[in-house]
Amino acid sequence: MTDVQLLDTPLDIQACINGVLWPGAGGIDVFIGTVRNQTKGRDVVRLEFEAYASMALREMNAIAAEAMERWPVQRIVLHHRIGVLEVGEVPVVIAVAAAHRAAAFDACRYIIDTLKERVPIWKKEVFSDGASWVAAHP
Amino acid sequence: MTVNILAFGIAREIVGGSSLRMEVGDAATVGALKAVLEERYPALRELASLLIAQDAEFASPADPLRPGSELALIPPVSGG
Repeated sequence: MTDVQLLDTPLDIQACINGVLWPGAGGIDVFIGTVRNQTKGRDVVRLEFEAYASMALREMNAIAAEAMERWPVQRIVLHHRIGVLEVGEVPVVIAVAAAHRAAAFDACRYIIDTLKERVPIWKKEVFSDGASWVAAHP
Repeated sequence: MTVNILAFGIAREIVGGSSLRMEVGDAATVGALKAVLEERYPALRELASLLIAQDAEFASPADPLRPGSELALIPPVSGG
């Protein structure tokens, strides 16, 4: 079972964990992305996320399905937020439940790493003295 | 034929809007469209990468443009 969502409201971390609770689970691995207060020494004021929503959901669902296929995991929740986020807020939560922890760790890492590679979501870092799209230029 | 192209992130800022319409040859490919766009908006060439999606799937340069499809400019992604 997978639950993939793109939301413009604050993510509910506990709800994501509850979403993967399952009697057969021996463990739940959770990744929570948070907005960091600095990048390469510059103070970050906020991040602005935007998405190509239909394609982002399609890719996020595909990644969750790939993880289910590659590892013996039973439940996955993948929620990503878009819009303006302040320092300390949460843009992404991934929860994975499996009978044994190794699969949960591996699948969770695969999901966040692959999301960063191919899901059409973009973030602009707004600094006290300017702004730039992350990873846009070599 | 006329195609509609969605633009996101830095590509949206470079082309000056979240979508644009363009006239392309009937046998145009994704690669040809990209070349025309880069000609018109040279700042697109400075990006670390620029992919094009057709109907919400990553497309290859050789893919033909399908009439009425939804095209999108995908600059380097940075979710998470």
